[in-house]
Amino acid sequence: MNPWLTMILAGLLTYGIRLSFILLLGRITVPEWFQHALRFVPGAVLSAIIVPGLFDRAGAMDFSPRNPQLWAGVLAIAVAWRTRNVLLTIAAGMAALLVLQLLLG
Amino acid sequence: METALRRREFWSGVRDESPILLGVVPFGLIFGALAITSGLSTAAAQAMSSIVFAGSAQFIAAQLLGADASGVVILMVVFVVNLRHLLYSASVAPHVEGLRPGWKLMLAYLLTDEAYVVTITHYNSRGDARARHWYFLGAGLTLWTSWQLSTAVGIFIGAQIPRNWPLGFVLPITFIALVVPALKDGASVAAAVIAGVLGLAAGGLPYKTGIIVAALVGILVGMLVEGRKR
Repeated sequence: MNPWLTMILAGLLTYGIRLSFILLLGRITVPEWFQHALRFVPGAVLSAIIVPGLFDRAGAMDFSPRNPQLWAGVLAIAVAWRTRNVLLTIAAGMAALLVLQLLLG
Repeated sequence: METALRRREFWSGVRDESPILLGVVPFGLIFGALAITSGLSTAAAQAMSSIVFAGSAQFIAAQLLGADASGVVILMVVFVVNLRHLLYSASVAPHVEGLRPGWKLMLAYLLTDEAYVVTITHYNSRGDARARHWYFLGAGLTLWTSWQLSTAVGIFIGAQIPRNWPLGFVLPITFIALVVPALKDGASVAAAVIAGVLGLAAGGLPYKTGIIVAALVGILVGMLVEGRKR
């Protein structure tokens, strides 16, 4: 398949997924339990990406306590919990990672 | 009055999305650099950021395109990696139900992880119901613009980004900043913790299918915890 064609189809596919319920709602009836479940979507989906991401170092999983990403992540979670400040959380997490990388090697 | 309200909502969306750019811009830079390293042309690398407009799927697609993988395989991978957006679509759908089709088509295009979380938090808390789609538009366009620009810069500076900069780590950190403040009760904490642990346990599943499995079980656990309290 031509790379441009692949890319355009990949874009349409992604768009279709994003559009799905937005377009369908109103035409189909959604059960009540399903609407309740949606409240948990952001936390569940993003956590399932975050936790493996803390251990993933350039493609290899690092479960040792010398993994700087793990501690930078824990710090970022603490900062986010205490301050609820997005900018501060990202800045603290990245700064912690740079320092820890120097310390832990 | 109506115009003032729309304008206020739009700029609130821009303002609330802005801090996240600290995490999004480095991610766009690495995408631009990686797409070129994988062998994509400058035009293709830049076009992918507006045609696909989905960070992690773009990373995998660019690498697979560079490795001459079959188109069908690439499409299957993109589908699986982006399947979580189905949940986002279901989640925002009730809030945009009354809008004109043109608005729905446009907002669906802007439904990325980062715009979704900021917008759904707004929909669920404060704001005037009449103009909240302008907030969504503001947040979505802010992310879109920064993604296009950071891709372009990444393509341009490419190989000059030092290899030992752990830029890949900005994604989990950005998501932490987005998700932790939204966990306001035991049920949502339980859903997130279970999904996180399972996401790690199911990390071996191909093409990030583990994310979907982990998220669905987490959502189920959240509902069970909530159900017991009633």
